[in-house]
Amino acid sequence: MITDSNQRPSASKAMFLIVRRELSSYFGSWGGWTLIALSLMIAGILFNTRAVGSSAKFSADVLAQFFHDTSGVVLAVAFLVSLRTTVEERKQGTLPLLLNSSLTEGEIVVSKFLGAMTVIALFCLLSGYIPALVFLRGKVSLGHIGTGYLGLLLYASSIVAIGVWASAIASGWVVAGAVAGATLALGHTFWLLARRIDGELGNVVAYLALHDKHFMSFKQGILSLKHVAFYLSITLVFLILARSGLESRRWSS
Amino acid sequence: MIRAEGLTKFYDSRCVVENVSFEIADQEIVGFLGLNGAGKTTVLRMLSGILSPSSGAIEIDGHDLLSDPANLRWRIGFLPERPPVYEDMIVQQYLDFAAQLRGQSTHRVSEVTELTGLQSVRQQRIGTLSHGYRQRLGIAQAIVHDPALVVLDEPINGLDPVQIKEMRDLITRLKQRHTVLVSSHILTEISQTCDRILVLQEGKLVFNGSENELSTKMDVSAQEIVVILSGEASQISTTLDESAIVAHWKLEKNLEGAIQVRVGLKDVSSEEFASFAVNAGIGLRSMTPVKTHLESLFIRLMGTEA
Repeated sequence: MITDSNQRPSASKAMFLIVRRELSSYFGSWGGWTLIALSLMIAGILFNTRAVGSSAKFSADVLAQFFHDTSGVVLAVAFLVSLRTTVEERKQGTLPLLLNSSLTEGEIVVSKFLGAMTVIALFCLLSGYIPALVFLRGKVSLGHIGTGYLGLLLYASSIVAIGVWASAIASGWVVAGAVAGATLALGHTFWLLARRIDGELGNVVAYLALHDKHFMSFKQGILSLKHVAFYLSITLVFLILARSGLESRRWSS
Repeated sequence: MIRAEGLTKFYDSRCVVENVSFEIADQEIVGFLGLNGAGKTTVLRMLSGILSPSSGAIEIDGHDLLSDPANLRWRIGFLPERPPVYEDMIVQQYLDFAAQLRGQSTHRVSEVTELTGLQSVRQQRIGTLSHGYRQRLGIAQAIVHDPALVVLDEPINGLDPVQIKEMRDLITRLKQRHTVLVSSHILTEISQTCDRILVLQEGKLVFNGSENELSTKMDVSAQEIVVILSGEASQISTTLDESAIVAHWKLEKNLEGAIQVRVGLKDVSSEEFASFAVNAGIGLRSMTPVKTHLESLFIRLMGTEA
């Protein structure tokens, strides 16, 4: 018998369970570990070849180049990790279990987002030995390192949100990949497009570019709230769209 | 008490469920029948809170599912046609996860594992389970949080006869604690398991009642009887041929000094046939009403309503 006293249980525990489930699905097999290992290897190679290079550089420039290159690796990891969120549940037929839980669609989306972000955070943590070396051997501040990583995480959060949205609205991997890929490609080429557009509209288009101006300050160790706000806004917008996408499934299939 | 009122579902402009209303009492097992594409799964998904109806209302113990879905749907247990299981998880771990996901502690997991006969595989990886165990696990996740309503979509699909019997016993046991709505293509199972039947055809509810009521509706129980009549076979044959109350008859067996025939009656009771036989000088040794299987009733109903 259902009574009014049986109110919906606290969402945080169920959300934590989904995050934990996401992580165990990433790292329960070789796939997640291979992705992290490959990403770290690529980040290391880029650091040696591009950031350090063969010519003399200021350590701050080396660090800035590291964050710039690593943002590309983060883009790839965030894209791959976020795409599987809802698509994989649908493929396995487990989505009804989540939709029949005590969580709202918004909470499911946020849980999936947090699961994917935890993987990115792990990658960032494991890549920390590189800026640590620069810090020990060169002359950079901890603030620069912290700001750089904050930038990476904020940038990743916008990518993950876009991937979670694509995963929520798509029926399969291919469609999700195409939707997220197209959105990210557009988001990363806005700066090019903006050059061709005059006036205020050009400024708006340039502002929407995901990486160009917004990431620049972070990699140089400058914390700018307007760029923080930009990434958080993009993240929020796409998480809301993902929630709507998941909700709309209750009406359509 | 579960109450569905005027449930209607459109996919784009196509109406797949139209104005379906019914009530299910507490601890009742109700079977849901219909041909493929009749809209059964759509109705079950709406009742489980996974799919929103285009119009209509669903009440569970007086609470409106549609106005407060987040607060109610976790109190419904749902087994979709394909059990929602994670292949890489261990059975015990999965049931703990399913219970906690609905905000419940894991204290019922042992009880549910025992009830569904999963003890022997509780430490096994789900990906290695047989189809029968997966179905059981699907039911276990649907009841592990002690829901008021359990909705089972084709739980018997793909099971062998032994597993079907076990599943039937399991579903019957669920009645002690839950209200159960179960759909199946295997009509004998519905017949043996359920207190009541709902029949859906082309999105409309065409029958709501017990199997006996369906027999009455189809005017079947009064129609056919099997009788053993003693006397001269040719005289019996002529009498039956000329009778105004016999619609048709068929010789089933020749016995010593008697024959066994199946008789179709024209709007009269079997007692009236007995009087008729005695008055006609035919000995009536036995008379058995033909119990028509649910399958036949269902097929007739589909034919009648079509």
